[in-house]
Amino acid sequence: MSRLESLFSAARAAVEDTEFRALRAWKEEQPGRHCVGFFPVYAPQELLWAAGALPVALWGGGDQVEVERADARLQSFICSISRSTLELGMTGRLDFLDGILFSSLCDVARNLSGVWQRNFPGMLCEYLHYPQNPASGGARDYYRGELERLAGRLAAVTGTEVTAERLEHAIGLYERQRALLRSLAAVRTAEPWRLSLEEHAALLRSCGRRDPRAQNAVLEELLALLPARECRRRDGVRVVLEGSFCEQPPMDLLRVLDEAHCFVVDSDLGRGMNWFRRPLARGDDPWDDLVAAYFESAEPSVVRHHDSAERSARLVERARAHRADGVVFCTAKFCEPALYDFVLHKAALEREGIPFLSVEFEEKMASFESIRTQAETFSESILFFAEEKEAVS
Amino acid sequence: MSEPYLHQGAGQRIQKDLLTRWYRQLEEAPGRGEKVAYLFISGNIGELLQAFGMRLVYPEVNALQCGIKKAAGANILAAEDMGYSGDVCGYVKNDIGLMAKGNHMPHGTQLPPPDLLVCNYAGCATYLRWFEALSRYYGAEMVVLDVPYLQGTEGPAPEQVRYVVRQLEELCRVCERVTGRPFDHAGYRRALELSRRSEGLWVEILQSARRRPSPIDAYFEAVFFMAPLYVMRGTPECLGYYEAVHAEVMERVLRGLGPAAAEEVRIVVEGPPPWPHFRAFGELFKRWGAVCVASTYSKVGGVWDFGFRHDPGRPMESMAEYMLGCYTNRNWAMRSRMIRDYVRDYQADALVIHSVKSCRSFSVGQADLREQFIRDFGVPTLFIESDLADPRYFAAAQMKNRIDAFFEALEHRRVTAGA
Repeated sequence: MSRLESLFSAARAAVEDTEFRALRAWKEEQPGRHCVGFFPVYAPQELLWAAGALPVALWGGGDQVEVERADARLQSFICSISRSTLELGMTGRLDFLDGILFSSLCDVARNLSGVWQRNFPGMLCEYLHYPQNPASGGARDYYRGELERLAGRLAAVTGTEVTAERLEHAIGLYERQRALLRSLAAVRTAEPWRLSLEEHAALLRSCGRRDPRAQNAVLEELLALLPARECRRRDGVRVVLEGSFCEQPPMDLLRVLDEAHCFVVDSDLGRGMNWFRRPLARGDDPWDDLVAAYFESAEPSVVRHHDSAERSARLVERARAHRADGVVFCTAKFCEPALYDFVLHKAALEREGIPFLSVEFEEKMASFESIRTQAETFSESILFFAEEKEAVS
Repeated sequence: MSEPYLHQGAGQRIQKDLLTRWYRQLEEAPGRGEKVAYLFISGNIGELLQAFGMRLVYPEVNALQCGIKKAAGANILAAEDMGYSGDVCGYVKNDIGLMAKGNHMPHGTQLPPPDLLVCNYAGCATYLRWFEALSRYYGAEMVVLDVPYLQGTEGPAPEQVRYVVRQLEELCRVCERVTGRPFDHAGYRRALELSRRSEGLWVEILQSARRRPSPIDAYFEAVFFMAPLYVMRGTPECLGYYEAVHAEVMERVLRGLGPAAAEEVRIVVEGPPPWPHFRAFGELFKRWGAVCVASTYSKVGGVWDFGFRHDPGRPMESMAEYMLGCYTNRNWAMRSRMIRDYVRDYQADALVIHSVKSCRSFSVGQADLREQFIRDFGVPTLFIESDLADPRYFAAAQMKNRIDAFFEALEHRRVTAGA
């Protein structure tokens, strides 16, 4: 196995290990280390790190976990990630966490925080409210208060106070990570065959499963190795993938898209890892920087309120900027935010004449053949109509 | 010869008249040059918007009306034709389908379009998505009142109240611009005083269910009784309504009357009703002599029975506290404690949880609540599922089997305990 392959393989193993062996080992390496899980989408990882805790992204159980105990706690119409995350907790697989963080992304995640508090009374369980009225003059102060409150609660567990210096340093670390992820995304945009969608997704998700210092080193090495990777240019259509900001599609689904020549050149996969669309503006106070970034630098997302027309406009803009031929809505079953946004986005894409395809997934889905057929038909129809258009002109 | 009834049927008859008048005023609003605001029930700020002379449309109430009049199914299908999924809230789809079909309510009223969408986001993220969509469809301005979820068990934190008050003040500037009218501070305070008095009567009505037999059904009846307090709070008509209902209920108390011929089982109900099958659903409980003595859905527009009142002396602060304290904006520890208090204070025999797919804000966590009430508190608990808006989710035979089996088991337990 080449060095590159082994890096990909390790990233995937880090993501798919539902026993969290590597993280348990990391924690045991040095006394005083702490881990705090966060339910998607966004969490201020910098703050967690500055408070002496490794942020651990909870990506659900994928196809590795049978949901049995959590079935008695959550109804069948609840998304897979909520059910499998609770199952991970109820089967003791998250007992290495010192705390867990939920937020206001949707009603399910919000209420899940209460279910968690009752079922795991010994674990710190925090709920962070992200302001939904960015126009209010009080929103920034409120959000800063929320971050300070969270820092205080974390400090009570880790024993580490979040100082401006510690936060400054943590922001630097995660800014570096986001810059590296942007570079990785650029590889995929320019030459999608150089980095498969599965590999890209595994790297993104593994960011929430490793010490950020080690992960940054891995990403740097990968980016150095990728240009020399032997690969064959492939023909296909270029698409933007939308709707997978929280629960992540099965890797097999992502592979099927590649195989169907639907090359995802931009996506909201693991949006929390790519929450900010540009580097943070830095000032004198790192707390203020983090607050300002939330309001000014975040990618438009349905999990925080802002002008919905701006969200659709941004999707169209991303499609244009990435020279995409179409959009693939890849939505988790029962994910209300994505399902609501789909209707508004659909209208905008129809207005702009951008073709789209919509598919739904669940963590435990076993067959991807109908999605393969849909994706192949979608890419073929785009190629066919492009040829037809060319012939006419 | 017994004294004749003085107040029989007042609760439902007057409510119907009030709502009919209410809808007529809405229809006539554009012709009169009145501005129309859309807003939600939970944490609504009706008194404040009425202080700018605005007419108020509550899409949830329209959805409820469409549900009970069997019109929701067609509206939901119309929204699904636009691309809305089968898995999203039926209230949202009812509203959008209704709009797509011209906004004609089943009783004939045509709803006016909004001049302002006031998204009082209390306890429901779907509210945001709902009004974001309406904002696009109507091209109307949307204002969000961001109401943070309550944490801990002690009620709103001072910084949460400050944040909401600030937003209410900011909203006043928007309303002044939209209506061209200055904020009527004195009118707002007067309305809050009327609200305070209505709320006091409402609590007495609800708490009358502590008696045996209960003079009211705190679910199947209270969902009608609650309507004026939610849609026209702060008006003299609203106060008059609660005076009438209060008189009716007190008369029932004097006569020892209740909603059931014989009160066999006292239940607490958590969750909204299945509006498209409301009557059939109620019959399933009635035949067992089950009377609801307390419910959470009758608090969905406001929780007053633990002491909170709107306060004309603290007009903005008390409004903010009201919004923050909405039932679905309370965390599960608070909700669970509230239901446990109901079971204890109203001497209930059982808890019934009606879980609806549409409203995750209500339903996520209810299955865990069942576990808690059965295992930790030893309260017999029935968990049933359907929907509040979508008629397709009501499986009548299955529902009947579940309810019958539960009450049979309760009866068996009672008989064997007494043997």
